[in-house]
Amino acid sequence: MLMINLILILLIGGVVAIFSERLGADVPRKVALAVVIIDLIYLLIALSTIPQLETLQAPVPSDPETWLMHYSVEWIPAFGIKIELALDGLSMLMVLLTLILGAVAVSASWTDIKVRQGFFEANLLWTLAGVLGVFMALDLFLFFLFWEVMLIPMYFMIAIWGHENRGYAAMKFFIFTQASGLLMLVSILALVVIHHGNTGVWTFSYFDLLSAQIAAQTAFWLMLGFFVAFVVKLPGFPFHTWLPDAHTQAPTAGSVILAGILLKTGAYGLIRFAVPLFPQASMEFAPVALWLGVAGVIYGAILAFGQTDFKRLVAYSSVSHMGFVLLGVYAWNILALQGAVMQMVAHGFSTAALFMIAGSLQERLHTRDMREMGGLWQNMPRMGAIAMFFIVASLGLPGLGNFVAEFLVLLGLFQVDRLLAVIAALGLITGAAYSLLLMQRSFQGEPDETRQLVDFGTREMLTMAVMMTALIVLGIYPQPILDISRPVVESLISFSSIVTGGSL
Amino acid sequence: MRELIGLIPLIPLLSSATLMLFAGHLSRFAIGLLGVGSVGIAAILTAKMGIDFLGNPEVFKVTLWTWMQVGTFSSDVAFYFDGLTLVMMSVITGVGFLIHLFSTEFMEEDVSYARYFAYLNMFVAAMLILVMADNLLLLYLGWEGVGVCSYLLVGFWYQNSANGYAARKAFIVTRIGDTLMALGLFLLFTELGTLDIQALGDAAKDKWQVGDSMPLIACLLILGGAVGKSAQLPLHTWLPDAMAGPTPVSALIHAATMVTAGVYLIARTHELYLFAPIAMIAVALVGLATSLMAAFTALTQHDIKRILAYSTISQIGYMFLALGVGAWTAGIFHLMTHAFFKALLFLGSGAIIHCLHHEHNIFKMGGLRTRMPVTFWSFMIGSAALAALPMTSGFFSKDQILLQAYQVDGIGPWLWFGGLVGALLTAVYSFRLVFVVFFGQVNTEPDKDTGWRMVIPLSLLCILAMMGGWIIIPVTQVFPLAVFEHPAHWVEYVSIAVPIVGVIIAYLIFLGGQLKVDVFTNSFVMQKLQQFWFSGWRIDWLYDQLLVRPYYGLARALKLEPVDNFYRLVVTISQTFNQWLSAGQSGQMRRYITSMVFGLIVLLAILVRAS
Amino acid sequence: MEGLNIPLNHILLIASLLFVIGMLGLMIRRNIIFILMSLEVMLNSAALAFVAAGAHWGQPDGQIVFMLILSIAAAEVAVGLSLVLQVQRRFRSLDMDSLDWMRG
Repeated sequence: MLMINLILILLIGGVVAIFSERLGADVPRKVALAVVIIDLIYLLIALSTIPQLETLQAPVPSDPETWLMHYSVEWIPAFGIKIELALDGLSMLMVLLTLILGAVAVSASWTDIKVRQGFFEANLLWTLAGVLGVFMALDLFLFFLFWEVMLIPMYFMIAIWGHENRGYAAMKFFIFTQASGLLMLVSILALVVIHHGNTGVWTFSYFDLLSAQIAAQTAFWLMLGFFVAFVVKLPGFPFHTWLPDAHTQAPTAGSVILAGILLKTGAYGLIRFAVPLFPQASMEFAPVALWLGVAGVIYGAILAFGQTDFKRLVAYSSVSHMGFVLLGVYAWNILALQGAVMQMVAHGFSTAALFMIAGSLQERLHTRDMREMGGLWQNMPRMGAIAMFFIVASLGLPGLGNFVAEFLVLLGLFQVDRLLAVIAALGLITGAAYSLLLMQRSFQGEPDETRQLVDFGTREMLTMAVMMTALIVLGIYPQPILDISRPVVESLISFSSIVTGGSL
Repeated sequence: MRELIGLIPLIPLLSSATLMLFAGHLSRFAIGLLGVGSVGIAAILTAKMGIDFLGNPEVFKVTLWTWMQVGTFSSDVAFYFDGLTLVMMSVITGVGFLIHLFSTEFMEEDVSYARYFAYLNMFVAAMLILVMADNLLLLYLGWEGVGVCSYLLVGFWYQNSANGYAARKAFIVTRIGDTLMALGLFLLFTELGTLDIQALGDAAKDKWQVGDSMPLIACLLILGGAVGKSAQLPLHTWLPDAMAGPTPVSALIHAATMVTAGVYLIARTHELYLFAPIAMIAVALVGLATSLMAAFTALTQHDIKRILAYSTISQIGYMFLALGVGAWTAGIFHLMTHAFFKALLFLGSGAIIHCLHHEHNIFKMGGLRTRMPVTFWSFMIGSAALAALPMTSGFFSKDQILLQAYQVDGIGPWLWFGGLVGALLTAVYSFRLVFVVFFGQVNTEPDKDTGWRMVIPLSLLCILAMMGGWIIIPVTQVFPLAVFEHPAHWVEYVSIAVPIVGVIIAYLIFLGGQLKVDVFTNSFVMQKLQQFWFSGWRIDWLYDQLLVRPYYGLARALKLEPVDNFYRLVVTISQTFNQWLSAGQSGQMRRYITSMVFGLIVLLAILVRAS
Repeated sequence: MEGLNIPLNHILLIASLLFVIGMLGLMIRRNIIFILMSLEVMLNSAALAFVAAGAHWGQPDGQIVFMLILSIAAAEVAVGLSLVLQVQRRFRSLDMDSLDWMRG
């Protein structure tokens, strides 16, 4: 019931936020913050009562009883569609990340939304609800439903409150995700129909479909449907082109949620669905996926280097970083997968913070063009220092979360394919190049003394402190996170290797 | 006491964090006290550990917590303490403390006083972690940490874009080396199953044979990292530019400690290098080539800090030469003495720059012998040690390197001869500096005097630079004993004589004027050669053409997202179809009706015929 | 069945003639009123055919459908004429061709 409640609180909170606008323009944001924090506290309290958390049994992927939580009721029995939610270590991490970054996102757009605040916060909360659903749903029909639920409010956030070119960006985002989502729907339906044909049972449940017997040729095409949907979301090269536009045009909170959370649903989908449902096909496809990952790492970094728009640069850095996730997933060994999970969490924080800084700059300077910035450290030393922190985090400084992630991914990849690991390691150099260029062009260089700019205030510093602490803890003591995801990752690997009869 | 070893890096780190968080609330005195005091405490703790160790030379390891443990990979935050660690820690905290003290005066008028000490303390912490780490991953943390601190400090005066460029160059060039090193770590883990430095040595003994290709590749990758950090060929180009930072920073980071991290790394992993003789030769050749290249370049420079920068590159080349010929102890010994005399020279030049309103050009100085006597003697002693004149600290260490290089089978005498040429050039350029800056007529009057916070560090470093050669570094347990048979006496005599000859040449050319070289240097070939050397053998230009420009070009070419063209094509096709189809929608009812009627007639006709 | 006995074919011929006339009117006339009238003609031609067929086979269904068509025609005229009024008020014209706002 807990998992349903988590989602319902956000959905209802959104409705409340809409109506609270009548009480004043600054009420909805407080409502939204309260709702997210209540949700977070509710989750933490509930988690603290789960005894398994202490020992963290390895969940058997196909047996829901071994998971931390499992909830299932009939929904449309005729087709075997259930409201089935479940939580294991991986989804728990993602849910926690979602709620923390959700609060950050509300804070990030505290002052820059000038119209229809109520509807804005509602969209934000509904997106979060959709994301939570995606991370917890294990009925494929329900999963697809939530996949769409998180898309539509996001579309509105970009289309209504975005920047100058918002219509184009919103439409591009919508078409990319929608079209790829439809491919996934086709794959889901085909999977269910084939399963029905084999067993005579209608079911959309992940746990049942894991054991579906599919001919190799068919499995490959179905896997491709899932793969495209998730890689578009990730985004992986060459399906990434919606991202720079959407991130750049979205309002700050939108960018934070997009980069921090929404991209993770793609990675999560790959780990949870694409590979375990079709292990054999994924194994055959892995070399292609790995090359796409490497291409994303390098291509994203080069394009980031060429940008003059602050937000666009950060957006392309996301393409580069998420390339590491793709590498981690398809290297499919414990090191690389743990690295991928780590990257999902760490990238969530570091990029969300950079987008928040970009939003603050836009609010103060009314431009994102770095050619009009320079020397901002002088005007805003606190923001400068914080930007420096997140930039060195994003270029992978050891001691911060992103390093642990990239190191583990590359180490894992090195066991699988040395050449690819060497090429991907070039990402460390190109990453440094664009990150430092970003710092140089915006905060360093000749300052403009006439500029009167307000430095970060308490609210911003508090938000940033949360993310900085998170990254430092992830960087020097990542073991708790690794321990939470370890059983899941290990059991997924052993599950897929049983099916394929060998290691992937 | 041993458990407290963790405090040594922690105290500067905490001080750094405090300075960053509460910069606005601290007085300048408090900032200085925190900045200098934290390193001072670290130095005292190190001294205490050192005394204990010398009394009871027992190697130990302190594990603080498990950093990450994934599958079979595991890495702890753990510190390893042996004689080599002790030497490095002493240099870092000792010389570091003196440089911090010097900085309080040098940076006195800077608005970002707190930021400066925050960075500098963070550097000390990262450097300590680097040398204390018991596994290569933690070492890598320190390694990258010092890189970032170096970046921050080189670009400390960020208002000037040139400094920012130098800082970025320093970081990215060393990052190339770091990436090679990271690949080396991947390879070592994949091959040997651990990154623990001691365990690596044992595993290598089990799994590797001398001369295998795996140890060769791994050692070359590690050498790549060392070459980047220690500014050796071909990744040395960042160091001269890194002089954009405040001079005490150059003394601490770019002379005494960080740039020698590569030497430390190779010395630390020497057990692996023993399996790869070719890699050892590569180390020696890289070192020798770098030391000669940099020495020629130093001859032609006229920025005081760039001369010292190239001299640092050159001296680290000697250390690499030592490592390459298996003279580990001599290499580390030279690292230590170099830290003393090069820090002394940099601080001395800092004092000059400080008192001469930020003048860097040596030809605009001159005659400072009487104006700044303390600095003059610092420079005399520092240069004597750098030139390895007898009885100075540099003499003992460099002499050992040259003599051991001579011993190597086959190429030994050649290495020795190359080293001698370098030593000659070193003596010439270092005393050229002294004669031009301190003798002759006064070109710029100093407007300040050096205060006690400058004089004390200079004096102490003078003593170390003179007497440092008598220190016996406690590394006998760490390194295998070198089989050392004394070479023929003439070899030693020549080694001693060459620097003296160099000083005399410098005197005759730059001070006495007895040696007229104008005709020679003004000849066309020499002019060209001088320009070539002055530009650092045009290596910067080469990289610019080969790497930097193409990368910029690539970024510019791809900026507008070529992948999007494909999606734009899809859009264009849909739009074309849309145009065609929407032409049919005229909005005129009568047309619709007419077409409907004719359509129906056709359909009916078909139906009728079909039935 | 005494009295006048017209063959079914004749009536159907008339009905289809009327239908064609209405259809041509739809296709040719530009005035909305005439279009409406043409529609009425078509409806009534269909109704005539139903009645005739009902009479021919002696079944009441034809008459019932006629009633249905009558009521549809009435409703159609009501909606149609109100549209005509609106069109007249908005566009000051009853020319169907000028109302091409739906042009793609």
